[in-house]
Amino acid sequence: MEESITMAPLEKLGTNELDQELLTLNMGPHHPATHGVLRLLVTLDGEIVRDLKPIIGYVHTGIEKTAEDKSYWKVIPVVERMDYLAYYFNAMAFCGATETLLEVEVPPRAQYLRVIHMELNRIMSHLVWLGTSALDLGAMSMFWYCFREREIILDLFEQSSGQRMHTRYFQVGGVAEDIPPGWAEKCREFTAVMPERVDQYNDLLANNEIVLQRLRGVCPLAESELLKLGVTGPLLRAAGNPWDLRKAMPYSSYDHFDFKIPVGTEGDNWDRFAVRVQEMKESVKIIDQALDGLPGGAWITDDRKVALPPRHELATSMEALIHHFKLVTEGFRVPPGEVYFPIESPRGELACFVRSDGSSKPARVHMRDPSFVNLQATAPMTEGSYIADLIATLAMLDPVLGGIDR
Amino acid sequence: MLGTLYFREKGQITVAASAIRPTLEHLRGKGFDALMSVHGVDYHPDEPRLGVHYELLDMGALDRLTVKVRVPLADPHVPSVTPDWPTANHQEREIYDMFGVLFDGHPDLRRILMPEDYEGHPQRRDFPIGGEPVMFTIDESDGRSYVK
Repeated sequence: MEESITMAPLEKLGTNELDQELLTLNMGPHHPATHGVLRLLVTLDGEIVRDLKPIIGYVHTGIEKTAEDKSYWKVIPVVERMDYLAYYFNAMAFCGATETLLEVEVPPRAQYLRVIHMELNRIMSHLVWLGTSALDLGAMSMFWYCFREREIILDLFEQSSGQRMHTRYFQVGGVAEDIPPGWAEKCREFTAVMPERVDQYNDLLANNEIVLQRLRGVCPLAESELLKLGVTGPLLRAAGNPWDLRKAMPYSSYDHFDFKIPVGTEGDNWDRFAVRVQEMKESVKIIDQALDGLPGGAWITDDRKVALPPRHELATSMEALIHHFKLVTEGFRVPPGEVYFPIESPRGELACFVRSDGSSKPARVHMRDPSFVNLQATAPMTEGSYIADLIATLAMLDPVLGGIDR
Repeated sequence: MLGTLYFREKGQITVAASAIRPTLEHLRGKGFDALMSVHGVDYHPDEPRLGVHYELLDMGALDRLTVKVRVPLADPHVPSVTPDWPTANHQEREIYDMFGVLFDGHPDLRRILMPEDYEGHPQRRDFPIGGEPVMFTIDESDGRSYVK
């Protein structure tokens, strides 16, 4: 047995009589409030958390290893399953890295369609976070409201790609299909009601005395500490640092859109909550602008060495048939090189590192998952706070274990 | 400094393993004050086989830089940067777990994703994919292990 799973009290706390009363409690891996299969080894002094060790790996499925055995276009569905609430982002990071290696130009329409789907995905992910977090704080009905809106988004995903989750919609060089007729109107119906719904949720929670008591001033962590721990995303923005890759280092035409970056001031749980709620409204703005300015033209690159030829060409063009056969059997070859492609996922900097050795299979795929890095901030955030606040902080941290364990 | 490369609009530098801490400290002084990612690579069959990449970010100048270290399989020691960059803690543990790189000076170098009694480093290129023997209680009592 290794040291991490011994139940002995901490050495650093000394040996005075009070410390002898320490209790080491095992939370998880199967615990409704740990948002997945996360195990926390908590050392308690009465109700006060004195130390905390996250133990992970329970849903490690070796996706990075699996990806090395598949041709590039077949890697997309497996990486999508890492962070299962941000599948469009996983696909974007991987496709972006591959496109950088290939130096493929993505058509403007595909870039806009990617933005629309990623922002819908961001709202969806934040809705799941809001519903489950409110559940942790004891608010049951919020969960149903959030999942009502999430259903609309999943219906949109189903309409555009055929799948509700893990859609495989993003391809290297663009997106799999154009949006079907009527999709844009349905999406607009959603964006028309969503800001109002966000306001309703905010009114329900933000003026609630219990929520305020549970969140305001609880478990703050300073911006400098967060930067040292590599924390990004809403957690960093809640501490007042407006770092957002969509604004700072735009990709996929994010520089075409006008939106704001919500920031907090204290970096406590309340700010983490408020930043995410406002982000949903900003995402709606981006979707509206992208639908307004949606360019015409192709939705996937016309480079036949990378993207499948249109179906109708197969009947008439020998060339198209050969390309189709080569792409489906061997896949495309990627020039040797190493690329790190970062994007802003709902939880922070999600980056995909791809190393190519010139063959049609990647030599290494690594996801820098924000939840994996952000989880390190749990202990400094919660030390010295109540165990009930640990649950609230974990909810506001929004870790997705599929992404952490990969 | 062992080599530089400018690839797809980004700088990449390779340094000796022993120089990694001073290099990152120097670059921190140049504005690269955020370490966004540390990840491992196996360059099988090339030697030195194992690689560790450090992705630095300059939030002011909006620039990124990759620092790389290569170590041979026979002597996979790299000084840990966790004392200077606390964010590297989990990521160095992951590289140790997946590739077997030993980070000297790491405060808590244990496996992180694989079971604690696991043998072998699964992300190495010569580690077979699939067909992994499953540990049953009877194997344990017979003294068999995961890897022959």
